[in-house]
Amino acid sequence: MSLHPTRLNAEQLAQNFADLAPRYTHNEALLEAARCLFCYDAPCTRACPTGIEVPKFIRQILERHVAGAGHTILSANIFGGTCARACPTAVLCEGACVLNQLNDKPIQIGRLQRYATDYVMERRLHFFTAGQPLGKKVAVIGAGPAGLSCAHELVKLGIQAVVYEASEYAGGLNTSGIAAYKVNTEFALAEVEYVRQIGIPIHFNTPVGRDLPVSRLLQEYDAVFLGVGLGKTASLGIEGEDLSGSFEALDFIMSTRLRRLEECVVGENVVVIGAGNTAIDVATAARRLGAEQVTIVYRRGEAEMPAFAYEYELAKSDGVQFRWHTLPRRIVGANGQVTGVECVKVQPGAKGERLQEIPGTLHTLACDMVVAALGQDALYDLYRTIPNLEMAGKRVVVDSATGATSVPGLFAGGDCVNGGREVVDAVQMGKIAAHGILQYLNSRQPAH
Amino acid sequence: MPDLSIEFCGIKSPNPFWLASAPPTNSAYQVARAFDAGWGGAVWKTIGEPIVNVSSRYSAVHYANQRVMGLNNIELITDRPLADNLREIADIKKRYPNHALLVSLMVESKREAWHDIVKRTEDTGCDGLELNFGCPHGMSERGMGSAVGQVPEYACQITEWVKEVATTPVMVKLTPNVTDIRYIARAAVRGGADALSLINTINSITGIDLDTFVPRPAVRGQSSHGGYCGPAVKPIALNMVHQVAADEQAPRRVPLSGIGGIQSWSDAVEFMLLGATSVQVCTAVMHYGFRIVAGMIEGMANWMREKGFTSTRDFIGKSLPRVTDWGNLDLNYAITAQIDQRLCIHCGLCYIACEDGCHQSIRMEKRNGTNHYEVIADKCVGCNMCMLVCPVEGCITMQERSGDKPVMSWNQYQKLLAEGRIAPIAPPAHV
Repeated sequence: MSLHPTRLNAEQLAQNFADLAPRYTHNEALLEAARCLFCYDAPCTRACPTGIEVPKFIRQILERHVAGAGHTILSANIFGGTCARACPTAVLCEGACVLNQLNDKPIQIGRLQRYATDYVMERRLHFFTAGQPLGKKVAVIGAGPAGLSCAHELVKLGIQAVVYEASEYAGGLNTSGIAAYKVNTEFALAEVEYVRQIGIPIHFNTPVGRDLPVSRLLQEYDAVFLGVGLGKTASLGIEGEDLSGSFEALDFIMSTRLRRLEECVVGENVVVIGAGNTAIDVATAARRLGAEQVTIVYRRGEAEMPAFAYEYELAKSDGVQFRWHTLPRRIVGANGQVTGVECVKVQPGAKGERLQEIPGTLHTLACDMVVAALGQDALYDLYRTIPNLEMAGKRVVVDSATGATSVPGLFAGGDCVNGGREVVDAVQMGKIAAHGILQYLNSRQPAH
Repeated sequence: MPDLSIEFCGIKSPNPFWLASAPPTNSAYQVARAFDAGWGGAVWKTIGEPIVNVSSRYSAVHYANQRVMGLNNIELITDRPLADNLREIADIKKRYPNHALLVSLMVESKREAWHDIVKRTEDTGCDGLELNFGCPHGMSERGMGSAVGQVPEYACQITEWVKEVATTPVMVKLTPNVTDIRYIARAAVRGGADALSLINTINSITGIDLDTFVPRPAVRGQSSHGGYCGPAVKPIALNMVHQVAADEQAPRRVPLSGIGGIQSWSDAVEFMLLGATSVQVCTAVMHYGFRIVAGMIEGMANWMREKGFTSTRDFIGKSLPRVTDWGNLDLNYAITAQIDQRLCIHCGLCYIACEDGCHQSIRMEKRNGTNHYEVIADKCVGCNMCMLVCPVEGCITMQERSGDKPVMSWNQYQKLLAEGRIAPIAPPAHV
């Protein structure tokens, strides 16, 4: 039996992939905004990596100045629309809300943010314009949230930004790497256009590296921002990964984002390996595409699971099964097709030792699809082309205050620096680097 | 069960909760529903020469998510034929003999007109009359309502005309749209009023539609000033009830019926503590219906039980001695705010209120990513603004720190200063 596109009809799929948290109605937004205490030096703002003035924008909603609320949000975070949908608010702004301490539900900041940013996007209200030109040009590598946020900030500062993007679309993981019921592709692309409107040219299908080395960009431009993400999902390194039916997480999620859902391929019995947030996205997406059974296999226990608690709850409510302390040993198949994953139960070894297999626990989980969600590898091929680039393991090393790398004129931010975090972190690093670049350009050419 | 009944210049009512003369007392249907729901009395919506109303005629002030903090209306007196009203009043009084039923009156400022309406109204068997000298809109332009109630001589004169023929108690309803309500109160009592009710609505413009530029309520692109009522006016009403109840120049003491923003049992108790014998309610009924009276009755009864009061007489006017002139307040009484750190949710509202609005007496410290707020005791002037803005009940409290200083009011202080027995008090050192 080979894999086939989902058997669910378009209507069912649309329902399954509809917004997890639909946009507030006007009344809902007012009701929620009225609960906000308007804290001073608000914990929610301090918990936001981009420092959005949350109480201010909520009060603007309450005062029925929704465009103003949008302006407040986008001033701090030009990808406020995606962040409203995809941010782990429970561990950021909403987690910090003082109402949690009153034994009350925190203000639903993410949903209010979406209410305000949708208002702005739909009306195409543009608040930002290019600054007085300083006669400087910066190359931005990567059209993801880090690169575009950096470019947007640079243009505001009067610095021309030109983006080089390896793929045929912009937005990075906003467009292809987040579960479709959180952010839909049309929205992600519309947001990219909204950001670009300030004047950001993008060279698509233009990978930087061997043919277009960073050193050349450093010569042609006044500075370069490296906003590339990570590469492929790390390989399991076990037998059977080449069988038909074996996938890597981001490819699978990308298919739900860039294809029509009816054309997405899904197994009937899916095993997802790994238990991070991406693994959850894969597992829930597989269920919503119509998989009968989805099992997450993780070599450690529930407590060590990297996925956020609310993601775990989401997966459980979607009927995803979890197998803890289970290590995949090989993917088994017949006629080139995946038929199962051979696993063994493991237990933590003594301190500092590897996990230990428990003898006699070898078993096979039958499945027709395996998705590896082990986190992504770094883009070593690119980094190797940049002489003198200091790395710390898989990460590019930068000065956290300016985004400057060890290479003069080369700045970096986003997943390539932090190893893969939230959209909001990438946006903030792009912003920081833009100001670092301005500082760098000013220092090279003293004011006259 | 404590006894909630009252006697109001001879009129008996099973409880102090009356419906004010207003849209809820427009018809027998409504008053019957109200009495069935538990209301002790009602003042029938002002009868007189029927008028024609406009639409729209109400507008409201909403605050944050709270609707109808204040209500405004440009509705006039009854628009129903006099005969219908009188027939229904008689019918209600027959069906509900133990409830208090008063009738609000307003006619032209002519002696004969008043004599006529008083006689015809009393023929219904009603328990008393309320003279509407308060309506601030529409009728005042025709020389009635507050046009009468704002001029002591007119108020006195018309009360006298009414008293010439009235056989039931006459209550005069006062307008707050004056500089000192006591002058009108005294005039009405001089004119023979057996009771006073206050306050009527406050002249207002509630708001303006920012798209059409037309104030609310809009009547084909225009608006008019209207009468303001609802929870927002309660503090104004309480003060006026106190002013009248404590008026040392009043010709004589008469029972008061308190009106203005009463929504709950505790609002009613507050009016009664300041001297009202009955309370009248309108906006809360327009907002929630007659059913709210159940909570008012139960709440008041419970409070009376807790306080050991067996009758409403036990507490009516009990707060009057607690209101005095500022000059009699103790300058040596001192309190300091204290923040209970176990309850603090770190919203910072106390800090910014004190820092920007008050006396810079709260310190903010960052500790492990959380803001901690602490009162600087020797700078705190005891204004208690921080306690007012704190969203956590009981988190900020005011602690007494008067020490052993003797009580000294401003008046005493001035006297001691003049006698050279005391040095001037130094200004606070908080700036």
